[in-house]
Amino acid sequence: MKRLNPSLVAGGVIVGVIVLMALVSFVWTPYDATLVTPASRLLKPSWSHWFGTDKFGRDVLSQIMVGSRTTLFVGVVAVGVAAVIGVPLGILAAMVRRWSSEVIMRANDLLLAFPALLLAIMFGAVFGASTLTAMVAIGIASVPGFARVIRSGALQVMRTEYVLAARAAGRRPWPIAVRHVLPNVTSLITVQASVSFAIAVLAEAALSFLGYGTPPPTPSWGRMLQESQEFLFSAPRLAIFPGVAIAIAVLGFNLLGDGLRDRFDPKLEDRR
Amino acid sequence: MSDVLTVRGLSVKVRDTMLVSDVDLTVGAGERVGLIGESGSGKSLTALSVLGLLPEDVHAGGSVRLDGVDHELIGADERRMSRIRGRDIAMVFQEPMTALNPTMRIGDQVAEAMLIHKTRPKSAADAAAADLLELVQLPSETRRAYPHQLSGGQRQRVVLALALANDPSLLICDEPTTALDVTVQALVLDLIVRGVMDRSSALLFITHDLAVVATVCERVLVMYGGRVVESGPVGEVFTRPRHRYTEGLLAASDLDTNSRRLTTIPGNVPPAGKFPSGCVFRTRCAHATALCEETPEWSGTEARGFACHHPAGVADV
Repeated sequence: MKRLNPSLVAGGVIVGVIVLMALVSFVWTPYDATLVTPASRLLKPSWSHWFGTDKFGRDVLSQIMVGSRTTLFVGVVAVGVAAVIGVPLGILAAMVRRWSSEVIMRANDLLLAFPALLLAIMFGAVFGASTLTAMVAIGIASVPGFARVIRSGALQVMRTEYVLAARAAGRRPWPIAVRHVLPNVTSLITVQASVSFAIAVLAEAALSFLGYGTPPPTPSWGRMLQESQEFLFSAPRLAIFPGVAIAIAVLGFNLLGDGLRDRFDPKLEDRR
Repeated sequence: MSDVLTVRGLSVKVRDTMLVSDVDLTVGAGERVGLIGESGSGKSLTALSVLGLLPEDVHAGGSVRLDGVDHELIGADERRMSRIRGRDIAMVFQEPMTALNPTMRIGDQVAEAMLIHKTRPKSAADAAAADLLELVQLPSETRRAYPHQLSGGQRQRVVLALALANDPSLLICDEPTTALDVTVQALVLDLIVRGVMDRSSALLFITHDLAVVATVCERVLVMYGGRVVESGPVGEVFTRPRHRYTEGLLAASDLDTNSRRLTTIPGNVPPAGKFPSGCVFRTRCAHATALCEETPEWSGTEARGFACHHPAGVADV
């Protein structure tokens, strides 16, 4: 058994806590996260409201808890979209002839050069701002990252003797892709997924802040930040709590990605 | 006796560089033929072009025919070739450590070999895989193992089981024992020979190890610089070599000398494309003369012959 590396443990714990928080929010939150109570607006943190309340008197802790669902949902769907398109594309680019591969990868570069947020804003303008459009846009913007990483991994696999042996055994290209190449790049997929997840979380927060992401009243960390703007000096805690939540979530997924890479990539073994 | 494999005028080139030129090769049914030569002599390329598995920018020319297949193998499309590969011709590669998919169980990989060509129904493939593993003397638990749990010798035996799964009419082995311990070599060689004899399959055995050829093969072809320089029955070629290269190769592998220094062939194998015109061996040959600037004609028959202007052993004849 290999020694667990610290970033894998730290990342795993942070992500675990966020997932747990999201799950708990389905059955219990301190208050109804969307309940407007004008009598108790802008309360300071206290025993009854741990993180205080916002300008509508909504409980901040409850909003953070429910907002974690949005964060995870966005990450899962965006990464899902990116992986479903990017992984086959990467494997395809590794298996086709050289010039077809070049065409795929240059098209990929083109998409890579396009800013993700701009794409999401365009999608929002065309299809209407919603969590789903934001997620799909972020997912599409994450495709090039997947395609590149998976292609390089798949190229390595294609050069192995077991792929040559599979061809020598009469295997056709598609079964080789599914049975031999895909299982041997799963570690790369995992690593890329966790890194893309962090990017998606950050992008959703940014989009909601700009008003192109999750529409009210569904709680979202990014929109909480945006709503706290006018109280930045009078009640900075309203910006600090969701801001810290976003930072920790991104850190958690990045650490998890790093940890997984260290664990899966034998070439990095000596550096530890 | 009909011939299983007939190769005529095979050439392999990458861009303008000739890697293999004008190779003629015939393997009879059930015959065991050795292909020897140093690294870079074109042995492996010859084997890969028979299977149509050359890398993308490497091209083969000439003719390769297989008994029972009604089309030319050189230039045949992937669909046709994949029907032949693994069923009519199977191959064992040099490096057993990487020749198996690390994410698949051994039993599944062996069964897959049969399922690809539907030579066994799904229900019978697993049992057939177990039989094959038993044939190569691996315990039946091996079916459930992953490649990393096996040693190099065990993996090479799995690869052999895979290759024999569909009773191919021709088995190609590309340096199958080079990466193995000497102690394991003998077992694997024995299994290969028994495997092909039981199926009356033909064997094309590629190696640089003369001792291995002597124990495994009946007939041998010596390759140098992408050309076949000598061929004949093993006993004859090894006791009375005619080509100067074969002679040098035999002298180099003769450990029975009294001198302190090991005998070597002077110089190195030139890099691909840098072989001299005329006789490819003339830059390293002690007997080379101006005559050798012309490509030597093949003397003798295909079964026993050589291509040398100054053959060895003339005095004995």
